[in-house]
Amino acid sequence: MFSKKTTEQIKLETRPNSAGATAFYNNPKHRGWIYQTALFVFLIGFFYSIISNTLDNMSAQGIKSGFSFLNTSAGFDVLMSLIPFETTDSYTQIFIIGILNTILVSVIGIIFSTILGFIFGIAYFSRNWLIKQIAIVYVEIFRNIPVILQVIFWYTVFNALPIARESLNLGDTIFLNVTGLYFPMLVGESGSGFVYSAAAVAIVSVFILKRWAKKRQDLTGEQFPVLWASLGILAGLPLLALLVSGIPFHLDYPALKGFNFRGGVSVIPELISLAIALSVYTGAFIAEAVRAGIQSVPKGQTEAARSIGLKESKIMSLIVVPQSMRVITPMLNSEYQSLVKNTTIATAIGYPELFTVFAGSALNQVGQAIEIMFMTLAIYFIINMVISVLMNHFNKRTELSTR
Amino acid sequence: MKIKNIAMTLAAAGLVFSAQASIAASTLESVKKNGVVSCGVSTGLAGFSQKDEKGQWSGLDVDVCRGVAAAVLGDASKVQYKPLTAKERFTALQSGEIDILSRNTTWTHTRDTSLGLNFAGVIYYDGAGFMVSKKLGVKSATELDGANACIQAGTSTELAISDYFRENKMKYKAITFDTSDQTRAGFESGRCDFLVSDQSQLYALRIGLKDPAGALVLPEVISKEPLGPVVRQNDDEWFNIVKWVVNASIEGEYQGVTSANADDLKDKGKPGQKRLLGTEGDLGEKLGLSSDWAYQVIKQVGNYSESFERNVGQASPLKISRGLNAQWNKGGILYSPAMR
Repeated sequence: MFSKKTTEQIKLETRPNSAGATAFYNNPKHRGWIYQTALFVFLIGFFYSIISNTLDNMSAQGIKSGFSFLNTSAGFDVLMSLIPFETTDSYTQIFIIGILNTILVSVIGIIFSTILGFIFGIAYFSRNWLIKQIAIVYVEIFRNIPVILQVIFWYTVFNALPIARESLNLGDTIFLNVTGLYFPMLVGESGSGFVYSAAAVAIVSVFILKRWAKKRQDLTGEQFPVLWASLGILAGLPLLALLVSGIPFHLDYPALKGFNFRGGVSVIPELISLAIALSVYTGAFIAEAVRAGIQSVPKGQTEAARSIGLKESKIMSLIVVPQSMRVITPMLNSEYQSLVKNTTIATAIGYPELFTVFAGSALNQVGQAIEIMFMTLAIYFIINMVISVLMNHFNKRTELSTR
Repeated sequence: MKIKNIAMTLAAAGLVFSAQASIAASTLESVKKNGVVSCGVSTGLAGFSQKDEKGQWSGLDVDVCRGVAAAVLGDASKVQYKPLTAKERFTALQSGEIDILSRNTTWTHTRDTSLGLNFAGVIYYDGAGFMVSKKLGVKSATELDGANACIQAGTSTELAISDYFRENKMKYKAITFDTSDQTRAGFESGRCDFLVSDQSQLYALRIGLKDPAGALVLPEVISKEPLGPVVRQNDDEWFNIVKWVVNASIEGEYQGVTSANADDLKDKGKPGQKRLLGTEGDLGEKLGLSSDWAYQVIKQVGNYSESFERNVGQASPLKISRGLNAQWNKGGILYSPAMR
């Protein structure tokens, strides 16, 4: 026979028996504390033991430890550096160069893989049979080949190019050979600041224009050709400034001097091969994510959009893609993180990113594996955490807002 | 009951902390127990450590490991080879994955003092040099200003070339690769204008080119690169064995003991030869080995001269002359400490 207990009764029953002798350790609250403290002490002891054991063993084996090597001169050259570098510079400098080169190839890879991914992901839904097949073939080929093979493939393609003296040459301005791609660099003279500020003004006014047009459309329903107006401003304003100030720029052309091209901008084949391989490989995965995202948008949305008379291109860009971002964004996050981790494959072709130059060359010259590996791991961890935070922030904005 | 569990856990934790993990001290014991010497070699370098079609390793570096196996286990074939890149080699030795590192490794102060390793001698006196394509028309290294260099990552050459170009106020760009095969491929494709490596390797790499005659080794030698086997520090027993196997091979040539006449000289030789071959004295016992340790080395692997000529000298495609690597009384600097 069940009888309904009042809340008062339940409270009474669960209260600890103040009259009976409850042992200290039988009190769930106390016991919880004991467990927590024991676990904490255990973890501290565990890590302390690992670290001290490692240090003891290293000193017993006569292996040097500590971070003093960071201030000593490296004494070897690095193929590519975004900051000034001499072989007499310290290992700290090598570390920074490695990080910058990793970030550079990651950013290039993320931009191009996203572009490729969206193009081919959307192309999958094309009504054109051929375009759809191209999208399918792209995804299936590049997703299924190990990325290291793709990196080596592109590098081999580069290695088959002619030597520096027999470069492929486009109008004596752009050169392509086995040592890289060379193109002219725009060099500003005095007065070029005026043109730069005109460009900045153009960019700001485009943003203002876009806001104004949206406001006007919300109020009156009238549309303004923002795209064409923006392009006009972006091109026209700097061009006007350029003419007014008398073109304060000249081009620095690359030219073959001695063994190599000097002047202009040069891009090493290692960077190009790695960037192409990572973009194409990750792009295939992003294309799949985009496809899944678009498929997750109910058909009713497209039909509703059609029924109010939106153009097909507008349906994609205004209705389907924004809604599919909820599904795509979390997947993009992990694709970007994979891309950053995959940059370490550079070691196969010698692009001097963090893993190759710091955990490779520097580690071998110094021999302090634990310190260098720890620093390298920490950097990849930090880069990926930053990506995660940014993407989560972006995800919050695209999330379905429910009330 | 619960309290007991907690106590048990804590006790177990205490045990974990008190157990100080450490690498087994005696390499000799573990080698004898396993019946095989684990030897770190290169991923393939003609004359020093290379694998033929049948999977057999040979080379000057390989002969050190075979000699140690012959001295310790009585059988030169009881070697397990671990091909390593320049970047992997020291970690493999430090971690105990290999017993000897015999991989054209330069003896430098930093490596000897800060890696927890010991160099057990020199088996080849080398020096870094340059190889260029004849098409460039370069006759001297001083004409290489602004050129691209193919280098193997993690080598002492990486440092030597930087010093040389700084001294001569020239610039270069280093394109580094993991293996020497990759440096050769980079050189052949024209990615770099010259290849920098130890002289011995340059000759070895040149043979592997599609057009060996089209490449030129420049006369400059820019650094000292004494190559030798490496062992872990704090295991003097093993260090002594490797050191004296190298010396036995050099002393064998000096005393005129070869794989062909070792059997004869064992009984009929001069006192020095008999001492080396173990029929007199107790040199083997002092190393913790059998008395015929050096006899086994010379009988199965040959003395230094035999090993040199077979792998890198006149009987090999490399055809390197003895040069610095001749005995001290024949114009070189090879000199074994006294075998007594």
